[in-house]
Amino acid sequence: MTEESKTYAYFLGCITPNRYPGIEAGTKKILKEFGIETKEMMGASCCPAPGVFGSFDMHTWLPVAARNLTIAEEMDLEIVVTCNGCYGSLQEADHLLKEHPKLREKTNEILGKFGREFKGTTEVHHSIVVLHDVIGLDRLKEQIKKPMNDVNVAVHYGCHFLKPREVRGHGSSETPYILEDLMKVTGAKTPEYKDKLMCCGAGGGNRTADSVQSLEWMRQKLVSAIEAGCDCMVHPCAFCHLQLDRGQAEMEKAFGVFFNFPILFATQFLGLAMGLSQKELGLDNQTTTMPDKILK
Amino acid sequence: MGTLYEDIVAHGGEVFGEEHMETLRECVQCGKCTGSCPSGRNTALRTRKLFQMALVDLREEIFNAPELWFCSTCYTCYERCPKGVKTTDIIRTIRNLAAKEGHMSVPHRMIGVYVLKTGHAVPIGADQMKLREAVGLESQPPTTQKYKEQLEQVQTIFRTTGYDAMIDFDWDAMNLKGMEKKGGKK
Ligand code: SF4
Ligand code: SF4
Repeated sequence: MTEESKTYAYFLGCITPNRYPGIEAGTKKILKEFGIETKEMMGASCCPAPGVFGSFDMHTWLPVAARNLTIAEEMDLEIVVTCNGCYGSLQEADHLLKEHPKLREKTNEILGKFGREFKGTTEVHHSIVVLHDVIGLDRLKEQIKKPMNDVNVAVHYGCHFLKPREVRGHGSSETPYILEDLMKVTGAKTPEYKDKLMCCGAGGGNRTADSVQSLEWMRQKLVSAIEAGCDCMVHPCAFCHLQLDRGQAEMEKAFGVFFNFPILFATQFLGLAMGLSQKELGLDNQTTTMPDKILK
Repeated sequence: MGTLYEDIVAHGGEVFGEEHMETLRECVQCGKCTGSCPSGRNTALRTRKLFQMALVDLREEIFNAPELWFCSTCYTCYERCPKGVKTTDIIRTIRNLAAKEGHMSVPHRMIGVYVLKTGHAVPIGADQMKLREAVGLESQPPTTQKYKEQLEQVQTIFRTTGYDAMIDFDWDAMNLKGMEKKGGKK
């Protein structure tokens, strides 16, 4: 248990704790199972959303993100997240502030107004990468109690998990492998489908700019997963979860058809395979429902 | 105010570095960005055309085009551009300039209102607290919405950068000023 007994600062963001707390509870439980503790960041705010606040005023986006980073710096811990938006925002801000001394100075002038300072002493990690790289596939495999052998999973990466590559560093965004690896640990299959790499449609203020149009991207994506014979969609992003899950209720209103295509955050799927109940993972409290095939 | 290109380099350059923004000049109008764009499949957004318009300084045309806001910042074009144009960051910068000049819809400005009131773009309410309890978590997470003095730090940032003025925020009403009159554009 030595090198694995690690503690992270858990940056919750908005959607994980305020809409889909099952993602939070499930992720904490699974990490703990492997000796990894997560501590909440007292006083953290919205990351703030990189495509939204980055689109309106990047000079406001950056100090708000930097303020969040300083909370983890004070805790002397590295950060873990459960949303690609948070990952995108915090990792990009951390990267920019470490690269550009003048920008750091300017940002610290603002943070100094309330006694904070960005020092550059933390790192930002995605919980799914911690599962894959820190815990590792072999140890995960040992904990699988309910194999998902007959389940076909449509993996959905979202956007800011892989891109831009120069900041994320998880290899090619055209041939990703992290989610596939994690799904295979459970015995599930991950068929290719036409729109696998397509965005869910929610980001960048697009969902707010025109929700029906943004639902149409998602409809196309879900249809392509269903046509490929997939039973559910698994992803690493709380914001995608909001669009893909609750968006199916909105799609019913907009287009008159309810797909009820099951949507799971990666730790919710792994949690089920490790023997956690759907109640513990919040899966009984969302728009899409889980079929017996996945629950068994 | 310079040309749109100069403003992009100056505004975005302060955050990303000028070289990053100057990649716009490398665009050879090949159209790979448009071909890769999930938005272009469904909307009037034509990424290649947007960059051409930016380079020939069609500022008002770009700022008044609704499709400027239909990019999801998915970075597909950013990764695929054969000339290394930092597409998504350039689009975000153009949007910053448009917003500064008053081109910001009411729903987009409302996201700022939620953050100014709670620190969160998606705040928590009583129903969601029950969801948290159902999975064994504390009913309210320890974020800015719970701690007033922490929220004030976020509000200080917004005041300092002028984001509050940009969205016409009324600090007394803690809401947008004169929402009825504002159609989202100047
Ligand atoms: S892919 Fe790059 S070079 Fe080609 S049109 Fe788009 S921005 Fe210009
Ligand atoms: S980043 Fe925007 S413009 Fe580029 S492909 Fe994605 S949606 Fe289209």
